[in-house]
Parts: sequence; structure tokens; C-alpha cells
Amino acid sequence: MTERKGNEGGVGMILAGEPTPEVPVPGQGPSGGDVAAGGSAWGMILAVFARNRLALVGVGIVIFMILFSFLGPVFYHTNQVQTQVTEINLPPSSAHPLGTDEVGYDVLGRLMLSGQSSLIVGISAAVLASVVGTLWGAVAGYVGGVVDAVMMRVVDSVLAIPPLIFILLLASVFKVSTPVLILVVALVAWLAPARLVRGEAISLRTREYVQAARGMGGRHAWIVLRHITPNAIGTIVVQTTFEVANAILLLAALSYLGLGPAPPATNWGSMLSDGLNYIYEGKWWLIYPAGIAIVLTVVAFNFIGDALRAALEVRLQER
Amino acid sequence: MTAYLIRRFLQAVAVVFGVTVIVFIIIHELPGGPARGLLGPEASTYQVHQFIVQNGYNQPLIVQYGRFINQLVHGNLGYSYHYNETVVALLEQNLPKSAVLVGLAYLVALIIAIPLGIMQAVRRNSVTDYVATGASFVAYSMPTFWLGILLILGFSIGWRLLPPEAPQGATVAAVLSDPQAMILPVATLALVSIAAFSRFMRSSAIETLVQDYIRTARAMGLPERTILARYLLRNSLLPIITLIGLSLPATISGAVITESVFNYPGMGLLFYTAATSHDFPVLLGSTVVIATATVLGSLLADVLYAVVDPRVRYT
Repeated sequence: MTERKGNEGGVGMILAGEPTPEVPVPGQGPSGGDVAAGGSAWGMILAVFARNRLALVGVGIVIFMILFSFLGPVFYHTNQVQTQVTEINLPPSSAHPLGTDEVGYDVLGRLMLSGQSSLIVGISAAVLASVVGTLWGAVAGYVGGVVDAVMMRVVDSVLAIPPLIFILLLASVFKVSTPVLILVVALVAWLAPARLVRGEAISLRTREYVQAARGMGGRHAWIVLRHITPNAIGTIVVQTTFEVANAILLLAALSYLGLGPAPPATNWGSMLSDGLNYIYEGKWWLIYPAGIAIVLTVVAFNFIGDALRAALEVRLQER
Repeated sequence: MTAYLIRRFLQAVAVVFGVTVIVFIIIHELPGGPARGLLGPEASTYQVHQFIVQNGYNQPLIVQYGRFINQLVHGNLGYSYHYNETVVALLEQNLPKSAVLVGLAYLVALIIAIPLGIMQAVRRNSVTDYVATGASFVAYSMPTFWLGILLILGFSIGWRLLPPEAPQGATVAAVLSDPQAMILPVATLALVSIAAFSRFMRSSAIETLVQDYIRTARAMGLPERTILARYLLRNSLLPIITLIGLSLPATISGAVITESVFNYPGMGLLFYTAATSHDFPVLLGSTVVIATATVLGSLLADVLYAVVDPRVRYT
């Protein structure tokens, strides 16, 4: 779905690690964006990134969301713990710019609090997934042979289970809390980085500097950490950006299904799913703010990831 | 080619076994396992113990797993605690309906996305292209249930054109007999796929357009339409085949949400109900079936790719 979601699925030639033209990687956003040329590697990437207006818009939105969620409550105090039953479902007014929700919390303040939760869970899950997936893929790609085959079959097996199905399965045996949520979202997100980094590792392990390091007596672990992983960092960063977007969407979907954190903890998905009870009564302030927040943030991360990927492809072609 | 196919098939078998192991471990070993999950926190230790002995959960894990695989191979997927039916019967009722939903959504998505992608490629960097790109990004970034709700708000509540609930019915025929009610669920599921497919189609078509044989065809005087239809279309379709195979798990996830939003009586809703009511045989059986379908889908995509693209066969 929205991804929505690496070189997955055992397609032989794609796994060989060559940068094939536009290999579909479900889970990454749609591609697009312009391409430039010239300059040193990182400078070039930054130049492409800076010139891509969509990417700048994306970065702007993300920064705005972070400031809104984390600095907002410093300037705009609302009570997000005690409910105010006398003030439920009030439309927007001067006292409450976005109205109140079904237990009396101020919606604007709740939006900020939800933003904190959504962003923290989304970013942590994506980072965790990328770290684990990168290590898994790097080891598998570098070692090769039976170890590689077994490790990749594990990835394939978990990939074969649709993400939401897997999470529902886990949720039926685990009690849900924020750390568990981060863990669970990361558990479905680590697969794409694993596949991608494995492909990179396979192509990188034949490079001269790796062979030189081996010849000089470098240990395998050191080579994986010092040579393979940093050279795959471009792919990893692109994938992580898309994973953040997917994680936020997944969190929203989980909250909609009732598997999110319990009140007074909240996230945008919970706000949305609670507000949907009032869809027939025209209480738009319960529904649209949270929904728009989710879409804006996810679009922003998709823009950024897309621009990074375009910049990376340029660099690949220049090699 | 045959060696490639055999290798892929063996990999698929290994993956399916891997899935059964993973699902088995999750359900049987993690805290809150079958006994406690089903009987609830109020049940006494004696009741839990009785349940465990009666259902054979106290035997060594390997024995349990062996029994599970044996049952699977004989087509016995277990007996639902909740619905009082065999899991196979439940799947027989619900799987075809979900397949219809997902199949229709894919069909609609492909019919719209392929021409859209080609049009975007031919008119790249024009206003049409940017508008379509923007719309794609937005559609791709929406949570599925949000999209579904917006559609309901627009088409069912705002303009009273379409019913907000999906067709209810036990059989596929019953479901298909109310096409009006199918429109919104299929549209929800399809819109996100359209966004992704059209973007990949666009990139693939752009790459094909700069190939030499297209230039030759133009130089030889072939009309643009013929070039598009005969050369561009076929050669750009290749990544889409793989993409379809690979996006099957994501689409099934999306179907779970869509079915929940529109109350469509399919696999997704069955799975969700089972998850919340701790109906482990249903969870186990459905996951294995879904995973097998996914593996088959991606295997089919690979085989199709090898069939369609002769360049692949010699690797």
C-alpha cells in the first residue's frame, strides 16, 4: 500500500547489486525530480538537493513540524492530562483555536502532543530498522555463501507476511506501549534496508580497497564497519527517509485499528480515528487537522527521500 | 533458464517454511500465548493448565511444530475457537471476496496508471506532469483509512451518490451483485496503487524513450502513436511486472484497512477480528495462506519477467 515500502523478492539479477535502472522498491516513495552534474561527491549531492524545490519544501515542512510539536507547547499551554467534560466537542473559538475533542482536550495542544509521539516513534523506528537492517545486510552480503542464503531467506520469510498482518499478529500476543510500538514498527521496516545493503555489500566486497584491507590483515568485522557500511551510506540514508514516512503511516493505521498507545498518550492516528466517530456530525476540527498533519509530514519526508535518491543516482552515474 | 526457475522455486519453498516457523514461534512461545490469550487474565491456573494439556501445548516445541506441519500438509488448518468452524471453511468464505477486491483494485490501478505514466513521460516537465506528480505524492502519502473516509465524506455524505458501506454477502456473487457499493472500496485501494505504479511507469517510460531504437523508429518515419503503442509500452512494462509481484504484501495490508473502513466481509476483517479476539488457529492459518500467496505472487512475477525479457534468461 503506501509504500507503502529495497530490492526485495529474490529477483536474481537485481540482487547482484548493479544499479539497475529504476528497480521498483515498494516501500520507497514514487520517484521523480531533476538531475544535475559536476562537482565533488557530497557537494554535488547537496547542490542537487538544494536546487530541488520540492526537497526544500520538504525540509521546511519537517522543521516546521518538529518546532510545532516540541516548541509549541512551550508557548501554548493547554491541559492535556485532565479531561474537561464541560467542554467537549466545542467548535473553534478564540479560547480554543481548533476546538476541543470528545473529552475536552484542546485540539491544537493535542495536535502538538501527538506530533511529538508520532515523530518520535516514526523516526526512532526508522533509525532502529535502518541500523539493524544495514548490519544484517552488510554481513550477509559480505560473507556470502550459505550464511548469506540463510540470512536472506529469513528476510524473505518476514517479507512474505504483509506488514499489517505481521503487526496484528504481534499485537495479539504483546501488550501495546510506546517502546513496543517502536519495536514492532521497526520489525517490519528493517527488511528493505537489509536487502538494499546486501546488494551494495556484494558489489563493494570486490573492490580493490577491500581486498587491500584483507591483504593488510584487516579483520572482517572491521572491514564491514569501516569500508562497506560507509560506502553504502547513500542508499541507507535514502531508505531511512522513506522508512520514516512509512512508519508514521503505519502508526496511524495501527491507531486506527485500536492498537495505538492508550490515552492520555496520543498520536495523530489516534486523533484521527477518534475524530472519525463524529464524521456524520460535521465536526471537521476533530478530523482534518490530524489528517492534514499526517499527510504533510509524510509528503515532506517523501520529497526529501526522493531528492536524495535522485542526487544519489547522479553520483552513481558519475563513478 | 530452467536452473534459474528451479532455484527460485526452491527458494520459495524455503521461504514458506520459514514463514510457518516464524508464525509458529510468535504464537506459541511469546508471553500471552494461546492459553492465557484465549482464556483471559481471569482464568485460574488450573484451567490454563487443563487447556494446555488438552490441546497439546505442553509437548516439546519440535513435536508441536511437526504436528502443525503434518496438519498443514493434509489441508487441516485448525479449528477456530471463535467462529466454531474449521479455518479452511472460514478461508473459503472470505478469501475469494478479498481476492475480488484486491484483483479489481489492481486492474483499475493498472488500467489508469499505465497510460498515465506514459503520458507523463511523453510530456515530462510540463504542467500536466507536475500536477500529476503532485497528486501522486499526496495520494501516496495518505493513510489508507483517511483516503477511504474522505471518499465517504465526499461521495456518500456530501453528494449522495454512492453507499458508504461495502456490499455485505457470504459469496462472491452476492458481493458482485451490488457494484455501486464496490466502487468506493476499490477506488480507495486503487488510488494508492495508481500513485506508485504511475510514477514507476513514468520513470521506466522516460528511460525507454531515450533508447536508440526509438530514435531509429522516429527517423524511419513511424508515426508517434505507433511508436508509443508498439515499442514504448512493451519495453516500459518490465519493471511494472516485478512491482506488481512485490507490492502484493503491501496491497493486502492496505486491504485490511480498507475492509475495516468499509466493513467489507473479507480476509482482512477476518484477520482483524481474530487478532483482537485472540483466535490463534485462524491467525496461524490465515497468515500461512497469505504468506504463501505472496510468495507465489512474487515467484510468478519473477518467472513472468524471465519469460518476457529474453535478456534475463541467460543469467
